[in-house]
Amino acid sequence: MGGLTGEAARRLRSNPAAVVAVVVLSAIVVLTWLGPWISPNNSQTLDWLHIAARPGMQSSHWFGTDRLGRDLFVRTLAGTRVSIAIGLAASVISLLVGVSYGAIAGYIGGRTDHLMMRLIEILSGLPLIFFVIFLTVIFGRGEYLLFFAIGAVGWLTMARIVRGQTLSIRQREFIEAAIASGAGTGRIIARHVVPNVIGPVIVFATLTVPQIILFESFLSFLGLGIQEPGASLGTLIAEGAAEMEAAPWILLVPGSFLALLLLCLNIFGDGLRDALDVKDG
Amino acid sequence: MAATLSVERLRVSFSHRTGSIEAVDRVSFEVARSECVGIVGESGSGKTQIFMAAMGLLGRNAQVSGSVRFEGNELLAADASTLNRVRGSKLTMIFQDPMTSLTPHLAIGTQLAEVAVAHLGMPWKDARSFAGRMLERVHVPEPQRRLNQYPHELSGGMRQRVMIAMSLLCEPSLVIADEPTTALDVTIQAQIIELLRAVRGEFGMALVLISHDLAVVAGLADRILVTYAGSVVENAIAEELFRQPRHPYTADLLKCMPNIGGARLARLPTLAGQPPRPGETLEACPFAPRCSRAADRCRIERPQLTGSAASQVACHFPLT
Repeated sequence: MGGLTGEAARRLRSNPAAVVAVVVLSAIVVLTWLGPWISPNNSQTLDWLHIAARPGMQSSHWFGTDRLGRDLFVRTLAGTRVSIAIGLAASVISLLVGVSYGAIAGYIGGRTDHLMMRLIEILSGLPLIFFVIFLTVIFGRGEYLLFFAIGAVGWLTMARIVRGQTLSIRQREFIEAAIASGAGTGRIIARHVVPNVIGPVIVFATLTVPQIILFESFLSFLGLGIQEPGASLGTLIAEGAAEMEAAPWILLVPGSFLALLLLCLNIFGDGLRDALDVKDG
Repeated sequence: MAATLSVERLRVSFSHRTGSIEAVDRVSFEVARSECVGIVGESGSGKTQIFMAAMGLLGRNAQVSGSVRFEGNELLAADASTLNRVRGSKLTMIFQDPMTSLTPHLAIGTQLAEVAVAHLGMPWKDARSFAGRMLERVHVPEPQRRLNQYPHELSGGMRQRVMIAMSLLCEPSLVIADEPTTALDVTIQAQIIELLRAVRGEFGMALVLISHDLAVVAGLADRILVTYAGSVVENAIAEELFRQPRHPYTADLLKCMPNIGGARLARLPTLAGQPPRPGETLEACPFAPRCSRAADRCRIERPQLTGSAASQVACHFPLT
């Protein structure tokens, strides 16, 4: 997509907010990987001498410690890494499932489309929290369950968007021309439909990442997500919320990371949308 | 010798909220090997739908009956995979608007090569250079550079050349050109027509040229079919048709062509009235309301296409 991608990249670069967001995002990602190496502390060792210590440079606990004496700097970075990983993984899953599902439904149309869309409506009608609690009751808590629950729901909107785009692309003449040159249904969907919906798909995917991160944090905050001693931003915030009055930094540090991460992802997604010139809504 | 394409009593109708609309009504004709047939008619006269039916491109709401045989094989009853072997290789189509019939997100070379890969089983690398050579044969300048360009980087005429190159890749026995010049400038039109003439000499395939412009068809077609309201009203050797049209509609159409050498006219003659709305006339001659020769018989009995192979006409009172 040479020329088109180049043009979009140029437009993205001329958007200062998006550039700042990209820089901050890359800084956060680099920090989550390098942070644990820089810091002398380990995310799970308890420092009995510094329990709920304030942030500061005098001890090695730059962001302070939680009420068990674990280093908040390392824990926050580890938690951020987990959150980002879940966000990305779930987005990729929703991208793959959603795009193929939507493109197939939209291109084939008719009764197939009808059935496939009703299935999406049923799934999106499920109250999500209830669904997750239900799953945890049956299968017990676990990270994979979390992935599954988020994945099961994340692709629905994507499939709808792709289907809508496909419906309009199906009417275009190059699809007719492709049929007339003897291309089969599979080839047309893969080579002539999907590349043409990639713009809105990329934009929506970038905006899905923060949504999923937020949702994962929410589940973890409720105690349904990542379990101790593992950490995600949600579990850290839940811990912090319990100590909010005595040691506000335990809440503020992961809270600011989450806010910063979501803000940057959203600004980046918006910038990307403007750059790719996808219609709003 | 068997005809390349033979259409027999082809009927295409579209079901609609308000009932069914007859777009093509019992059309029969043949395209012989290496023959160039021009199909001329007004918008909505069904000329495109005949070939949409042949290519299996009609919408879901279409009902088709009759028979379309291509090199002896029935196309209407064929399943998708059989059809896909023929479409794009032996039977190809050039569309009206080259601006929209190329996939915008694939480079020209990829789109061309894909056809060769799919139909000829070529490896991608060979298919690309094959595509480059084909671009050269349709007189695209700098073919190697074009391969890496995207449709939006090419002009309309250039894109139509790409479409023509694509239709020729697998040495087809029949190319259907559906108003290939309508979307282009007049000067480019002439170039494209010239190109079609040249490739026809070079590849020796049969060509169906669909147009609403007699002038476009005039220089190229061996035989011309005139369609009106979903049926063929005249089918004659091109020179005969121009020299001595037999159907009043054809005659009126020819009168509407401006002539540089002729007398200066205050107004270009036009056909009075409107063609019937699809589905309106079934029993009468569809042209009767606009025809100067119409008699009572024309309003109660529909004329059938009759005559020798050289000249067929559907009129109760032909001009000659």
